[in-house]
Amino acid sequence: MGLQCKHMLGLQDISVQDIEKVLDTAKPMKDIIGRKIKKVPTLRGRSVVTVFYENSTRTRMSFDLAAKYLSADTVGLSASSSSVQKGESLIDTARTVEAMGADVVVLRHPASGSAELLAKTVNCAVINAGDGLHEHPTQALLDMFTIREHKGKIKGLKVAIIGDILHSRVARSNIWGLTKMGAEVRVAGPATLLPPEMDKLGVKVFTRVEDALEGADVVNVLRIQLERQKQGLFPSLREYAQLYGINKERIALAKADVLVMHPGPMNRGIEITAEVADSQQAVINEQVNNGVAVRMALLYLLTGGETVETTY
Amino acid sequence: MKLLIKGGELVNTEKCLLERVDVLVDNGIIAAIGKDLPASGAQVVNAKGKLVCPGLIDMHVHLREPGYEAKETIASGTRAAARGGFTAVACMPNTNPVADNASVVRYILERAAAEGLVRVYPVAAITKGSKGQELTEMADLKEAGAVALSDDGLPVTDAGVMRRAMQYASMLDLTIIPHCEEKSLVDKGVMNEGYYSTVLGLPGIPAAAEEVMVARDLILAENTGCAVHIAHVSTAGSVELVRRAKEKGIKVTCEVAPHHFTLTDQSVTGYDTATKVNPPLRTSADVEAIKQGLADGTIDVIATDHAPHTVEEKMVEYQYAPFGLVGLETAVGLVFTELVETGVLTSAQAIAKLSLNAAKVLGVPGGILAEGERADITIIDPKAQEEVNPDNFASKGRNTPFAGRLLRGVPLMTVVGGRIVMQDRRVMS
Ligand SMILES: [Zn+2]
Ligand SMILES: [Zn+2]
Repeated sequence: MGLQCKHMLGLQDISVQDIEKVLDTAKPMKDIIGRKIKKVPTLRGRSVVTVFYENSTRTRMSFDLAAKYLSADTVGLSASSSSVQKGESLIDTARTVEAMGADVVVLRHPASGSAELLAKTVNCAVINAGDGLHEHPTQALLDMFTIREHKGKIKGLKVAIIGDILHSRVARSNIWGLTKMGAEVRVAGPATLLPPEMDKLGVKVFTRVEDALEGADVVNVLRIQLERQKQGLFPSLREYAQLYGINKERIALAKADVLVMHPGPMNRGIEITAEVADSQQAVINEQVNNGVAVRMALLYLLTGGETVETTY
Repeated sequence: MKLLIKGGELVNTEKCLLERVDVLVDNGIIAAIGKDLPASGAQVVNAKGKLVCPGLIDMHVHLREPGYEAKETIASGTRAAARGGFTAVACMPNTNPVADNASVVRYILERAAAEGLVRVYPVAAITKGSKGQELTEMADLKEAGAVALSDDGLPVTDAGVMRRAMQYASMLDLTIIPHCEEKSLVDKGVMNEGYYSTVLGLPGIPAAAEEVMVARDLILAENTGCAVHIAHVSTAGSVELVRRAKEKGIKVTCEVAPHHFTLTDQSVTGYDTATKVNPPLRTSADVEAIKQGLADGTIDVIATDHAPHTVEEKMVEYQYAPFGLVGLETAVGLVFTELVETGVLTSAQAIAKLSLNAAKVLGVPGGILAEGERADITIIDPKAQEEVNPDNFASKGRNTPFAGRLLRGVPLMTVVGGRIVMQDRRVMS
């Protein structure tokens, strides 16, 4: 059986059952990735189109591999942000994709709500691979999958998300998903990088990173975009690293078996020290691997979710 | 041609009360008002149970001509006005070219005379090209027919320029209509900054972006003695600033647009670009403060900020869509549904804000129904209901967040200078 939702636009409006189904399905998918021959015929004859208006080699490759492991045909459409200014609208792109006979469209776009707009226009399933500052549900699902793998559960865990919350779609999707699954979520960052009325999302908000780390089971460290300093949102990278950088001393405030996560790519020495990033507690490379599994699960479930072929 | 409007509730905007009397229109003026007037040779309109109002005046619309005729023209915009019950509109100067010189003002007046269905009062720019740097030739603009000054769409960023504009305009007895927006606080914002911008991941526009500029312009108005009319107030803070300025005796008036007392930023959920408007839809606390400001008289005028755009322009990602929604054809319904039905305003108070007060701010005739006045009249059925259907709009713009909404209060007839330009929702050709 597939999902209750037709698209994967974000975790805000998704049911707990759907989240659990994706996480459960990702497990056998991960087994496939572990095999010598990483290919099953499950989505043979199906087509997946990735449309990326923003560069993100990692996310794109992850979706590409996920589709290929399931034997789907994949096409990539690169539309630079400048084509938007040239008057080539998302609606036009949507019609092209539809004409190609896509079963699933994966969209990465700099504007919030773009995935929802696309879903209103096309008949096939839409996966939001990151829309502006809004949501990045597959990243959050892979984070949740990773947490569950290590901790065996999500409910009751204390998860701290550290950094530029204002501009982070990863943070938003994680907040919706984790709170839905019963985790206690804390966010911490400089006041200028915290969006207003964050507490109404059901999280605890801190400007002192130590308060958020205290007794945490999981620490998710966000990438700090260097351009935010140029925008005057904080005074210097040096001060950011001093106040918010996750180092050995700070991570000691969390539980001894704390899980350190990062959506990558990392700025070592700024938001996270190399020491912590390379420590036993860090599961950053595992996240990448789990990303493929979770995306396989989603592609499979959104195209109908008939029997998983696991016999060879 | 004679027209006898029989048995309606005549709205006295000065005393804010209703009187059941007949109105006889002859030769473009109101010939008589009284009980049981004889019908001799006149076309009779039975207005029993209807409100007979002085012609409604929308003092803030964007007609888009010259320059953006795909969005709206003077012809289509004035038809939309007639359909919405307005007998006159004041049009903002952010056309292409900008109405910053007498020839553009004259052009607008000529087009309006040739194909306008209702009266058109041009508002001219404060600064050349609305660039916020050099003052326009204000005396020349007034001479050409401009009724007020505004760089609407843009703030006058430089306080020194605004101060000189106010000094100069007050010498000429022209009102300045500032669009209050501190750009450095707006940044790339596209909706109200708050809970919903956080959830939707859209860059926010804080209430402070408006309030900082309202405060500045009120200080400059006091300093220069210039009459200032704050366009489209949207926040509780702005209402409070205007209230205090009025108490202090500063020459200030202000307006609110119907969407700002009807919708909140929650409406942006779903990313409908028809909800993208500047200033943005605010919180329910702001809506409450605006209703309070309307009730206590702090807010003088209801004006639509009618801002038509093409369907293609609005059918894009929220962040890329232009700001603005169309208001002319939903204004009366929203005023009656949101303000009169709910007891915020009496119908006479509401009509005063839609006619007399706007006429006073602009210094134009109208807003009063009395013998000898020109016959600009709007007849409204306050009890009738109508579902908003953008397909029926006379405006070229379809960008409304109210499609499908059932509104109570329907304009039934619009009379301009004794001529019926709209009857039963049909605009005359
Ligand atoms: Zn404006
Ligand atoms: Zn305007």
